[in-house]
Amino acid sequence: MKNKFKIIFAGGLIGIFGAVLVFVGNPVNMGICVACFYRDITGALGLHRASVVQYLRPEIMGFVLGAFIIAKLKKEFKPRGGSSPLIRFFFGFFLIVGALVFLGCPLRMILRLANGDLNAVVGLAGYITGIIIGIRFLKIGFTIGRSVNQPKIAGYSMPIISIVLLIFLFIAPSFIFFSESGPGSYTAPIIWSLAAGLLIGGTLQRTRLCTAGGFRDIILIKDFHLMWGLIGIFIFSLIGNLILNPDNFMIGFSGQPIAHSEHIWNFLGMVLVGLTAVLLGGCPLRQTILAAEGDTDAVITIFGFIAGSAFVHNFGLAASPKGVPQNGKIAVVIGIIVVLGIAFMVAKENQRKRKLSKEAKGGKVSV
Amino acid sequence: MSKIVDARGRSCPEPVIMTKQAVETFDGKEIHVLLDAVVAVENVKRYAQNKGFNVEKRDNYDDFLLIISK
Repeated sequence: MKNKFKIIFAGGLIGIFGAVLVFVGNPVNMGICVACFYRDITGALGLHRASVVQYLRPEIMGFVLGAFIIAKLKKEFKPRGGSSPLIRFFFGFFLIVGALVFLGCPLRMILRLANGDLNAVVGLAGYITGIIIGIRFLKIGFTIGRSVNQPKIAGYSMPIISIVLLIFLFIAPSFIFFSESGPGSYTAPIIWSLAAGLLIGGTLQRTRLCTAGGFRDIILIKDFHLMWGLIGIFIFSLIGNLILNPDNFMIGFSGQPIAHSEHIWNFLGMVLVGLTAVLLGGCPLRQTILAAEGDTDAVITIFGFIAGSAFVHNFGLAASPKGVPQNGKIAVVIGIIVVLGIAFMVAKENQRKRKLSKEAKGGKVSV
Repeated sequence: MSKIVDARGRSCPEPVIMTKQAVETFDGKEIHVLLDAVVAVENVKRYAQNKGFNVEKRDNYDDFLLIISK
């Protein structure tokens, strides 16, 4: 019972801050969006030149530093890595392709749902479908592999990167881009963003909340623990929005902020996100927390997000409220095929290995 | 001989899946699950306890051993 209360509270904190950050300046229905914020950071670094989505979102640095501090205090900081880094990079890359065609990570999907955006229902259906497919692969033997201890300094990568990005944000050197219009120009005061990020990061480190895990655990082992956190996000975001941003609340498909109604692509985009998130062992939010705890594989996944964001905007793949461009549709289909192909080949290879090791050990030891 | 599941270094949810596979063929002998992350310990423990098993945790230097029995 105590655990249930804790996880609902953690979700509630995200939901409340999602509403508060919109109230103090972030884009509507985008108080927090992990995928969008990595895209904005990618743009601020000049890796893509979509001038409307460039900002060093301090929420991300807050997540990392908050989780890092708590992980250190709780002695859970552990530099590790080496479990299929390159496959993770590609999965991270395609996860972002899916997210930027849907226009949001799974967290923003929940925030959109809580503000009446029915396109997010379609996205949710896609997300769950992707998760179910991912679980199938895990069951037939897909594994992302075994990580091993890494040099200490490698574990500090993400916290150090975050501090450097914060320095760039404060001194605003000329090589950093800041949007003057569009979503990237809607920003909460830095102190609000950073404080919210730190609090959420610390809380998520303790509660392990993960948007993919919430659905995955129900389907896989009938465990509702993480789902309670997601319900917390939804309810508190709804309440927060009704109090702070009542003008934005609207139930329907059309005219939703930073969203489109091309159902098939909302669905397929989120299939790609759900599939990759399960195979990666966590959604973008969770990857960020893991990276802060010293998981260098999660850092590689985030580099995949950043590379993905750069390509999505440089190649004109990203959706906009006007809809999904042709190239974006092709990219989602290619992404699904590539990810399924990789997952299938890894699963097959692992099945063969298991069979050999079983024969060798007489079936007594499971590896 | 007890059944050994070595899930050290595995990402979420693989330790739980590996434990699940071992638990499904439970024949009265203890299952020993080796883990190296606190998160995995929590997940495997919650799973096994929900399935009605007793879970005993032992700490090694850098790893954890969960002993699952009924």
